[in-house]
Amino acid sequence: MSEKQKKATAYWKENVRYLFILLFIWFAVSFGAGILFKDALNTIKIGGFKLGFWFAQQGSIYVFVVLIFVYVRLMNKLDKKYGYNE
Amino acid sequence: MSVQVWTYLLVGITFSLYIGIAIWSRAGSTKDFYVAGGGVSPLANGMATAADWMSAASFISMAGIIAFAGYDGSVYLMGWTGGYVLLALLLAPYLRKFGKFTVPDFIGDRYYSNTARIVAVFCALIVSFTYVAGQMRGVGVVFSRFLQVDINTGVIIGMVIVLFYAVLGGMKGITYTQVAQYCVLIFAFMVPAIFISFQMTGNPIPQLGMGSTLNDGSGTFLMDRLNGLSTELGFAEYTDGTKSVIDVFAITLALMVGTAGLPHVIVRFFTVKRVKDARKSAGLALLLIAILYTTAPAVSVFAKINLIDTVSNEEYSLMPAWFKNWEETGLLTFDDKNKDGIIQYVADQDKNELTVDNDIMVLANPEIANLPAWVIALVAAGGLAAALSTAAGLLLVISASVSHDLIKKVFKPSISEKGELWAARGAATVAVVIAGYFGIHPPGFVAAVVALAFGLAAASFFPAIVLGIFYKKMNKEGAIGGMIVGISLMLFYMAKFKLGWLGEIPDKSEWWFGISPEGFGTVAMIVNFVVALVINRFTPEPPEDVQEIVENIRIPSGAGEAVDH
Repeated sequence: MSEKQKKATAYWKENVRYLFILLFIWFAVSFGAGILFKDALNTIKIGGFKLGFWFAQQGSIYVFVVLIFVYVRLMNKLDKKYGYNE
Repeated sequence: MSVQVWTYLLVGITFSLYIGIAIWSRAGSTKDFYVAGGGVSPLANGMATAADWMSAASFISMAGIIAFAGYDGSVYLMGWTGGYVLLALLLAPYLRKFGKFTVPDFIGDRYYSNTARIVAVFCALIVSFTYVAGQMRGVGVVFSRFLQVDINTGVIIGMVIVLFYAVLGGMKGITYTQVAQYCVLIFAFMVPAIFISFQMTGNPIPQLGMGSTLNDGSGTFLMDRLNGLSTELGFAEYTDGTKSVIDVFAITLALMVGTAGLPHVIVRFFTVKRVKDARKSAGLALLLIAILYTTAPAVSVFAKINLIDTVSNEEYSLMPAWFKNWEETGLLTFDDKNKDGIIQYVADQDKNELTVDNDIMVLANPEIANLPAWVIALVAAGGLAAALSTAAGLLLVISASVSHDLIKKVFKPSISEKGELWAARGAATVAVVIAGYFGIHPPGFVAAVVALAFGLAAASFFPAIVLGIFYKKMNKEGAIGGMIVGISLMLFYMAKFKLGWLGEIPDKSEWWFGISPEGFGTVAMIVNFVVALVINRFTPEPPEDVQEIVENIRIPSGAGEAVDH
């Protein structure tokens, strides 16, 4: 494997690792907190919101937005580290 | 000034604005027409994506659906936003690096096969047409209620406007009109929501107002009050819902994956300059969408409480003017079953006397809450902006599929740049006319099918694109087989359980795995993945140069401009 290919493989590996972590959070807030564990979380109340319901109709969306911006930052840094930025 | 005058004024101003922008940014080349020249800034693209994405359904219907479905409505909120995470992380950057004009372009080149390209074009056309018919209908409804013209005239006016700027401006014209349309629709959605939130809770931020206490000095939380009212009238608790967990799960996933697989959304990411812009632009798009999507459930709660308080157990003769206005459109009906002149709004179908269409909740909300005339007119302009922007985006996908993917890539590769541009315009015109026809003569199944467009996108495109990027050795036999089996299975399930084309629609208890047609896209998508991977094992590897393409799209630098070849 050439130097260039090695670099590309290492970059891809780190990228995929980020994807796994971020998609795990994506799954946890929506399918986890908003659907599968909603009833358990609904026993907790914050203000007028039952927590499971809040995740399903509000919280998961906020987390989605944050996730994409975290991804943008992580990838910009990764691009720089491997010299793929432009 | 009356609501009517305000509506003419605001709709007139916004329409002239859209037309002005279209003339200023008309397309001069096929590249302008398909991907706006590839030089759109991430923010402009984010706004355009948001407007493209938020359709008449998001603007007009969603808050109403949630108001009546309560917790079950969460599937739309999570489904239609969570898809952007998939889009940003799994698709947009790589497709941008690949740098072509359309989704079938990617499928055709990545799977080195015109068969794959044609299958993808076919899927794109099915998805886009089912979706666009619903938009034209939305335009018609808004026109008929607020401008007192007949629904059909409304559809035709909408057609002419869209035709004008989509055909003239192509993607370039559409992008900049969508930027304007985003501003109009978000302003139109937020203003009444802020007013009403402040009125009911004293908190002007609807997202917080929803979790606050009522303004009437009782100290009761809004949500508790709504749960109380719902159970009192015999409905399920608002925060609970009635769908099974597996169905909620499946619908949410199908909508998310479908969102990420919708061609008119994906194609937007071909219009920015660099890979990093595509990522950022997806984030901005979701942020701008989230403003509406986190406000909508608050609007649902406010509207539901307001509605129940205004009508429940009140005398019919004392109903305010808006009640009568909406009765005329047929979207609100009162049937005095026990002849006591009082409106009984209850869960029990035998006793219930009031039927409220989902669409009213957003459109009538400002009237129910007694807001000024200009706010009511603003909602009409916003609804039109939402419907027109989505329709235009879809029409572009349809025209590009025909002129670029079919004519240029399959039937007549020798066509000149100018000829292709005219073919694209011709295809857009034909598409508008067909969409308008469906708007005026909606086949009974249109409303049912719009929600299923997501299932179709999930069942066809998503696996082929993801495998094409993340699995270097994925070959054409697998991808084509997966797409065909996926979309056929989804069409079959729709036909059987939703449209009743294969005999009587079976009872819910016969749903496979207890999953509704809306959520079946999830199953069809999984089947697509499995079929693709199994066929892939028994057929030859893709050629070396294709595997190199895959390695190349994983590296963000050197995206260059979106090129034709």
